[in-house]
Amino acid sequence: MANVLVMAESRAGELRKVALEAVTAARQLAEQSGGGEVHAVLAGGSGIGAKAEALAQHGADKVLVLEHDGFALYNPEALTSTLAGLLKSGTYTYGVFSATSHGRDLSPRVAARLGVGLVPDLTGFAVENGAVVGQHPINNAKVIATLALSGSPTLLSVRPAAFTPAPDARALVTEAITSASEPTASRVKVVELKQGNTDKIDLNDAPVIVAGGRGLKTADNFKLCEDLADAFGNAAVGATRAVTDDGWRPHTDQIGQTGRNVSPDLYIAAGISGAIQHLAGMRTSRTIVAINKDKEAPIFKIADYGIIGDALEVLPALTAAVKAAKAS
Amino acid sequence: MKIAVCIKRVPVMEVKFAITADKSRYEETGLKYDINDFDLWAIEAALQLKEKAGTGSVHVVCVGPNAAQEQIRKAMAMGADSGALLETDTRNYDGLAVARVLAAELKDGGYDLVLFGRIAIDSMNQMTGPMVAELLDMPVVTNVFKLDINGATGRAERVLEGASEVVEFPLPAVLTIDDGLNKERLPSLKGIMAAKKKPLEVKPANLGDAAVTVRSMALPAERAAGRIVGEGADAVPELVRLLQTEAKVL
Ligand SMILES: Cc1cc2nc3c(=O)[nH]c(=O)nc-3n(C[C@H](O)[C@H](O)[C@H](O)COP(=O)(O)OP(=O)(O)OC[C@H]3O[C@@H](n4cnc5c(N)ncnc54)[C@H](O)[C@@H]3O)c2cc1C
Ligand SMILES: Nc1ncnc2c1ncn2[C@@H]1O[C@H](COP(=O)(O)O)[C@@H](O)[C@H]1O
Repeated sequence: MANVLVMAESRAGELRKVALEAVTAARQLAEQSGGGEVHAVLAGGSGIGAKAEALAQHGADKVLVLEHDGFALYNPEALTSTLAGLLKSGTYTYGVFSATSHGRDLSPRVAARLGVGLVPDLTGFAVENGAVVGQHPINNAKVIATLALSGSPTLLSVRPAAFTPAPDARALVTEAITSASEPTASRVKVVELKQGNTDKIDLNDAPVIVAGGRGLKTADNFKLCEDLADAFGNAAVGATRAVTDDGWRPHTDQIGQTGRNVSPDLYIAAGISGAIQHLAGMRTSRTIVAINKDKEAPIFKIADYGIIGDALEVLPALTAAVKAAKAS
Repeated sequence: MKIAVCIKRVPVMEVKFAITADKSRYEETGLKYDINDFDLWAIEAALQLKEKAGTGSVHVVCVGPNAAQEQIRKAMAMGADSGALLETDTRNYDGLAVARVLAAELKDGGYDLVLFGRIAIDSMNQMTGPMVAELLDMPVVTNVFKLDINGATGRAERVLEGASEVVEFPLPAVLTIDDGLNKERLPSLKGIMAAKKKPLEVKPANLGDAAVTVRSMALPAERAAGRIVGEGADAVPELVRLLQTEAKVL
């Protein structure tokens, strides 16, 4: 029997998909340890408690609701003391975080506060005699390390999209909790959240990604990627570093070693050469399509399907064909 | 402005790695090493802050093998003033163990800023900076891609998935530097000459017992080579057919 505490991420008052993935991972951890309760921490500004239901639907036995204006924006210091306090109570054997920007900011703080180790960014794990044995990509994801960690508690983070949210409904039980430190007294203050386009789905949530590179020639031509994404309806647009460096797309859209790691069902690379730093962030995509006018471009070596040609011509044709396929 | 930058010696990744027969590690013979990319940007940030302040010092700290002196000298050639190597031959995946060694070294340094890379591209741990900050009870902002220091306070912008957030913090502080903040300068010939004479302290590091241990290593499954569907817009119908019937993603 082992109870699991899981941090359920929200942003701007909305639960994130990664929160459900983390709860699913926490549920697996509890089951593999002979059963136990999963308690999810849901922190946010007023009204956040209303988002607890989805967590119960995915296997959270209890949702610990931390509702306070001081958590409307990310409040790392107050969250650290609150989570460290909960994890120190002796109730929990494991602590689970999402390997997101916030999760990878928060989990090391909590680990250091408690003086315990942390295995990050796991793509899978098993419990062996209480120890977590999990897979973590290293060396630019060119090597997979299987790492073992025991500790009391044992902390880990799970890679976005590595775990699929699994419905596992229980009755909703919530408990209001308070911050272990005064939320307004934090030294580090997030003063503004700059959301990308909120009508569009996030790269990490999108089953389809249309990514463009320098081969698209101008910032305006990214309209062709957006049109194709709109035709799919469930797609997001990504970019290479060459493109974000030139300011054609926001820095937050960069996919690759130093950008975002994605693994959608379908990744369409248009006018992208396929430099290893780019591949590092997308090579785990299920199906990869490459459109490039150079038949020697390295992207073709990892693409399932390639079209040799001018992306400025192929993209509109593909958009029309996808629209037609969706309509039929 | 007194700044410390923690830098890591990492393999150059443009190679195909091989796993040893006992699967316990990756083969190291023939690998080349350099400063972790993100740490180069952290060094650059430190140098620019010092230049802007018109006064101050940049000190680099590295936990690593004796050969890591090479990376410290490179940082000095870029313009860092001094360095310390905390020597160990242990390859460590336990972020907290490394953070403890760094925190002990930095504790009494009186630094206004301690800079880290967001992530080391070998361990991919992305934890050392915030752990050190916690151990030193310093404020920390991670994933910084915009930075403005004004006297005793700073304002940074950090990367989120599909968004960013603006953060205010007091100095002294720990920052982890992300891609996008700057491009590192190349060491000049003059810098390389000057680096040889800069102070580099070498002392043993004791990492203690690792809480995180490596069970095994493996290469990721190879992607089977794909196929060229055709040329130009004429190939689109066949691509769509394959996406529907074979890949089943449409
Ligand atoms: C430390 C470091 C970190 C990095 N991190 C990243 C990262 O996270 N993400 C990333 O993406 N990159 C990263 N890079 C950069 C990477 O090395 C490449 O420079 C970059 O990915 C190239 O982007 P690109 O494919 O858009 O441009 P290019 O390499 O210039 O490729 C453009 C491609 O478009 C094709 N093309 C041209 N015209 C057309 C047309 N009309 N139709 C179709 N195809 C056309 C060309 O044949 C070419 O293959 C990093 C580099 C370094 C050194
Ligand atoms: N052995 C080390 N010596 C000095 N700095 C390190 C070391 N390991 C990690 N760091 C610093 O911590 C950052 C993040 O590393 P990691 O947590 O291993 O991904 C790196 O970019 C460095 O700035």
